[in-house]
Amino acid sequence: MELIKPGTRIPFTSYRKIAVILSTVINLAVLILLFTKGPNLGVDFSGGTVVQLKFQQKVTVPDIRRALESINLGGSEIQDFGQEGSNEYLIRLDRTSVEIGALGEQIKKTLSNQFGADKFEIRRIEFVGPKIGEDLRFRGIMSVVVSTIMMGIYIWFRFELRFGIGAVIALIHDVLVTVGALMLAHYEFDLTIVAALLTIVGFSVNDTVVICDRIRENMRKIKRESLESIVNTSINETLSRTILTTGAALMVLFALYFLGGAVIRPFAFALIVGFFSGVYSTIFIASPVILFWEKRQVRRR
Amino acid sequence: MRRAALTRLALFIIATVGALLYLTPTFFHNLPSWWSNFLPAERIHLGLDLQGGSHLVLEVKVDKAIENNLERIRADLTNMLRDRGISGVSVEKVQGTQLQVKVPAASVERVRALLTSDFANLSVVNTQTAAGTTDFFLSLSKEELRSLRDYAVDQSLETIRNRIDQFGVSEPIIQRQGQQDILIQLPGIQDPERAKQIIGKTALLEFKLVDDAANPEEAVRSGPPPGRQILYGYAGRGEGGAGADKTPYVLEARTLMTGETITDARVRPSSQLQGPYVELVLNSTGARLFEQITAANVKRRMAIVLDNRVYSAPVIQERIGGGRASITGSFDIKEARDLAIVLRAGALPAPVEIVEERTVGPSLGQDSIRQGIASFIVGGALVVIFMVAYYKGAGLVAVVAVIFNILYMMAILAGFEAVLTLPGIAGIVLTIGMAVDANVLINERIREELRAGRTVRSAIEAGYQNALPAILDSNVTTFLSGVILFQFGTGPIKGFAVTLCVGILTTVITAVYLTRTYYDLRISARKLERISI
Repeated sequence: MELIKPGTRIPFTSYRKIAVILSTVINLAVLILLFTKGPNLGVDFSGGTVVQLKFQQKVTVPDIRRALESINLGGSEIQDFGQEGSNEYLIRLDRTSVEIGALGEQIKKTLSNQFGADKFEIRRIEFVGPKIGEDLRFRGIMSVVVSTIMMGIYIWFRFELRFGIGAVIALIHDVLVTVGALMLAHYEFDLTIVAALLTIVGFSVNDTVVICDRIRENMRKIKRESLESIVNTSINETLSRTILTTGAALMVLFALYFLGGAVIRPFAFALIVGFFSGVYSTIFIASPVILFWEKRQVRRR
Repeated sequence: MRRAALTRLALFIIATVGALLYLTPTFFHNLPSWWSNFLPAERIHLGLDLQGGSHLVLEVKVDKAIENNLERIRADLTNMLRDRGISGVSVEKVQGTQLQVKVPAASVERVRALLTSDFANLSVVNTQTAAGTTDFFLSLSKEELRSLRDYAVDQSLETIRNRIDQFGVSEPIIQRQGQQDILIQLPGIQDPERAKQIIGKTALLEFKLVDDAANPEEAVRSGPPPGRQILYGYAGRGEGGAGADKTPYVLEARTLMTGETITDARVRPSSQLQGPYVELVLNSTGARLFEQITAANVKRRMAIVLDNRVYSAPVIQERIGGGRASITGSFDIKEARDLAIVLRAGALPAPVEIVEERTVGPSLGQDSIRQGIASFIVGGALVVIFMVAYYKGAGLVAVVAVIFNILYMMAILAGFEAVLTLPGIAGIVLTIGMAVDANVLINERIREELRAGRTVRSAIEAGYQNALPAILDSNVTTFLSGVILFQFGTGPIKGFAVTLCVGILTTVITAVYLTRTYYDLRISARKLERISI
């Protein structure tokens, strides 16, 4: 079977102006969204408490809210969680300073009075103090920034500076696109999202590596043609690999998204978006950066 | 070439047998006893998110420990000054971490001598002389502060370990984390709320005299008289939440005795007269002290105070010898048992606060495992179908390599006794999807070389050779981000980083070298005319 016929020549590089404009607009939009509305932070980063409840039969969010009214929980948010019909709910509390051990017991007692002690269970409690939340937030951002820069340095070291810069810009693009998609889909940002972003950084740079490797090889082989033509040839030659590899990764990611459960779903979602973006950015962002750099060098000379 | 390929094949066979041996303890729990004598007994452990349990991070309030220490030094100094007949000196705590000693001019030299001889751990940071008095400002030295902090954390760790041991949790993890935090993991715990109460109780037991001359209501309104303090006793259950009946007591602030000398604490069942109570056994020093105190205060009331809460304040009927005391109060048998645990294990040197908690119930863990396995099977099947459909024979080779990849990966995880978490399972599933990349790169190259008119043999050789740099580079980059993730992450996320990194190592080995060995063997067996790719 062949997806891409040998000898295919799609003039990718000639779309680069449109692509760069489009991506710049998207990235700016994400940045604006990030600094105005801000991301929806999970307890890992904002501090607070999450309690996951599972009921044996159907109850509604207002039922739970009414039941818990007697113990004043402060700013709380109750929502459906997990699959349809699993009767799971998530209570999110802003309050962070709860007396040791008191909260779970309180909720348990109150709900037992209302629904009966064996009609529900507390499946999960996560509490993160404000100081830890701040610390995790800082470390999360730093780890994404550091790994992005490391990738750039690695590519610079293995190839050339302009390839490294192209890779870094492509990675920033992928991270921003993923962050934007997560915000639009109303997913919370927590530690698993940071894990997803780092995986995207590590995986998306693979495409860049493969194409850069091919560009370098073709630069040695084909001397007469312009760099633009070489870049284009290289993208086309590696196109079927790009599609296949990302396709295989997407298959397992869709499996994780649909079957992996509610904890893994945001993680899988982020990776799906990031991997798509990774392919796009390697072809339409990293390559133009390399070409742009080349033109500047020529002009200088 | 055949020789080299056969050697590699032998290595892979050995590795596979080794991997199977390493995985056996993970999948079969009831192994005969001879197994662990000369075969690996390590197994993959399930993370708290999969088997259920509590992950807690406690912060030890070390500043409180330092304050307590300073208070003790202040008392010592005051006593010492009195013993030596140096009068007119006042010792106050200022700014939380300093002592201010006001000395009349006549006694300055004697006080200075006392400070240098008996309080060497204090350093004089400032001296002010005005209107016939000299003020010494004393503070603990930097090293002293550091060792106090360390001691507070280490001692808390030890105490908490004792409490958890007595509470009965299998394979708990209790370790220091950073400057002043303690990490606790309690796998498979049934009642996390109760465990938290046992762990978090300071359990500072104090015996204080009740001032019967003072009127408690009056004292609550206008503040306690000098040298007195007001503490409350709570009727009924609960940790003194809203609505509980509280009774104020006016106590002499001086602590006659603390719980330090307790050697044992036992629950005594309830009788008709009273509910269950906790009987304390004191060591010989404690017994003597207790006897003296009771003898000196017959007919007075002595309050038994635990963490600033008055449990009871019985009247001392007579001198009590024999080193036994009891704590009564309105608690049920479970509370009494927990109280006995914390009293036996000793008090925490400083209060602790939970700064992070992640508790997962066992049923959620079961669900997560099921979901993890489901996505593993479905994701894996999709990749198998996809690879075989696209590359036929070569796809099948790649799929077999992926199976060995998973096998080696699990074996390495077992060998290092790694903890498998839900994100870790996601990492394994993701590895299946990413591992085929190497084979895709190789196969695409081989196809290219075949199209360029090479023979099968040289196409395979060129394919592997040309694809290798890109494969190595791309795996190194993913590995790097995995390492950074490991540095950054906590608990479950670390599990993901570990599977990601181990997966990359095994991917390079299986996807490149295992498949290469297969092709080399086929090529060397006979002249290969066609290849299914």
